[in-house]
Amino acid sequence: MINSTNKFLPWMKEKIKAFGLPRIIIALFLLFLFIVAPFVQVNIAQSLSDVLARFGMNAIMVLAMVPMIHSGCGLNFGLPLGIIAGLLGGTIAIELNFVGPASFYMAILLATPFAILFGWGYGKLLNRVKGSEMMIATYVGFSSVAFMCIMWIILPYHSPTMVWGFQGQGLRTTISTEGFYLHVLNDFLSINIGHLTIPVGMILFFAVFAFGMWAFLHTKTGTAMTAVGSNAVFAKASGININKIRILSVILSTWLGAIGILVYQQSFGFIQLYMGPFFMALPAVSAILIGGASVNKATITNVIVGTFLFQGILTMTPSVMNSAIQTDMSEVIRIIVSNGMILYALTRKTEGQN
Amino acid sequence: MTIKKVKITPKKVLSYLADNAVTVMFVIICAFGIPLSGLSANFLFSEILTRLARNSFLVLSLLIPIMAGMGLNFGMTLGAMAGEIGLILVIDWNIIGIPGIILAMIISTPISILLGWICGKILNMAKGREMVTSYIIGFFMNGIYQLIVLYAMGSLIPLASKTLILPRGYGVRNTVNLITVRKVFDNLINVRIFNTNVPVFTFIIIVFLCIFIVWFRKTKLGQDMKAVGQDLEVSKSAGIKEERTRIIAIIISTVFAGIGMIIYLQNMGTLNTYNSHTQIGMFSIAALLVGGASVNKAKISNVFLGIILFHIMFIVSPYAGKNLVGQAMIGEYFRVFVSYGVITLSLVLYELKRRRAKSRIGAQLALDQEDEEEVKNETE
Repeated sequence: MINSTNKFLPWMKEKIKAFGLPRIIIALFLLFLFIVAPFVQVNIAQSLSDVLARFGMNAIMVLAMVPMIHSGCGLNFGLPLGIIAGLLGGTIAIELNFVGPASFYMAILLATPFAILFGWGYGKLLNRVKGSEMMIATYVGFSSVAFMCIMWIILPYHSPTMVWGFQGQGLRTTISTEGFYLHVLNDFLSINIGHLTIPVGMILFFAVFAFGMWAFLHTKTGTAMTAVGSNAVFAKASGININKIRILSVILSTWLGAIGILVYQQSFGFIQLYMGPFFMALPAVSAILIGGASVNKATITNVIVGTFLFQGILTMTPSVMNSAIQTDMSEVIRIIVSNGMILYALTRKTEGQN
Repeated sequence: MTIKKVKITPKKVLSYLADNAVTVMFVIICAFGIPLSGLSANFLFSEILTRLARNSFLVLSLLIPIMAGMGLNFGMTLGAMAGEIGLILVIDWNIIGIPGIILAMIISTPISILLGWICGKILNMAKGREMVTSYIIGFFMNGIYQLIVLYAMGSLIPLASKTLILPRGYGVRNTVNLITVRKVFDNLINVRIFNTNVPVFTFIIIVFLCIFIVWFRKTKLGQDMKAVGQDLEVSKSAGIKEERTRIIAIIISTVFAGIGMIIYLQNMGTLNTYNSHTQIGMFSIAALLVGGASVNKAKISNVFLGIILFHIMFIVSPYAGKNLVGQAMIGEYFRVFVSYGVITLSLVLYELKRRRAKSRIGAQLALDQEDEEEVKNETE
């Protein structure tokens, strides 16, 4: 470490390059929004609470991207499949008359077998279409959502809180989680300081899963998963069953998607059925990419940074913009930022491909 | 090569069915759906005729990128947006009838060229995953489109017509009435068959596009595209500017999609400013795939067969759903499911076929190598 000062500049450049220009721009933009906020009468503490709440709501769905990226299956555009497993879990838990926090844990428990089953089938399919996973994943997501639209009508649900009152059959488009698992995590251990609310329980819940994922990636199976993603030939040579590992990663991703949507619902207050899950993969995909992940590389830090930045911009732009120029351009900004980010990631030259 | 008499064996029939699984599936759906719906043949015939005129141009715009090996151009929505901008401006300037439509096409063309060029540039940076990238480009450009139409029009871009602009003073309304240009192409030459208006002029335009595509395939550029589509590396070494060729393919597709969208909308008569283009890519692609096309191979006949089958399913399923289970909603969701399902199935089947071919080539190469080594060992 003699000429460390000489090394500093290139090191800095390297760091900026590693962090990625788009990320820096987005982070600066968010910082700018937070600085501007007080001048346009936006309450910072309130905004920060919103950002934290939305971070907790969405983080697990973003975490769901990690295993498939690690195993080389690319970005999981088929997240709606996992979300459907979560929806099934949630609705069945309500159907079985579970109330309060019990309904939340039952929902997770009931969603698990569906997630494993769906993930297994989805993984099998993706193994047969190696190289075009992302396009097919997108359409697997879409068609499963459309298929479930039919199922929500004809499945034999009876709970009066969920079915259309008029016909007595067919689930409603939105179902309130009030009385069931509304805010079970949001209110758990939450800290109030003036206007600032920190949903400690919800963030802890995410932390448990994030830690679990981190630990898993350091086990033997987890390392094998990374090996499959970074160099499939090498992994095969060292005796790893590539297809099996890939299926495992897809199951894991689908399961996390299922839990992710349940966490989202308990905070949001509604179960959105039918076309609700249709575009839910895109925000999760762009969040992890904003956090610094690429098509074949992702860490837990990427998840945390990305979710915070993405949700931050999503929460801050409407409130600041509305107060500043009386127009809500947030939807348009969201579309441009999130899809621009995905495009940026897709056009990068990725190492270790083929 | 001598021509052998082709024997029809059960194995051959099966492999033919497997190759055209999507089309066969649709024929079966239609065969069940039509009697179930209880719709009259006359009604169906006139509906199909309308939809053929309405959609053919759009679907035909997909053919050229497929030829250039870039897969299904989900970025055709870009052209659709350009067409919509052209129409909005023409309506605002109050230019009616045929001149209005033609002016809208003229306005849309440079916008389409620009968007197509951008799209092509980006796709060149994402070789091997063109489809998912073009898909996301569609979403991305939708954001830009909203920025222009919802915020810039009426403020930065002056619009004279008050009926077009939202009450808040800027931005275009959710629906634009196209009454002044409605069906001007369709009704230009009016022929009636079986009590049905046949939009002869629209069909003439479509025929011209087909002739153009057939001619284009034979030009130097068309041949280059075919070569690029077959093998990027080989065509590169043959001196074809492959990136330029690919960009041109996308530009042509985008321009045609723009014109196609204008033809589509003049038939519809109303423009849903923020929705019309979002679905058009999916429906056009699904129709093409139903007609028997795949990611790397599409013929003109696929377009027409596809539109007929796909739209029969589309018209029939709500009625069939209603008659079958008493709920039209099931039929409506069914057709959405089938639209997405068809694309999924086609993509999967294509990948399976490609992998099979690849492994066959791989096995052959391995055998060759073994032979070579044996020869080498013997000589040593």
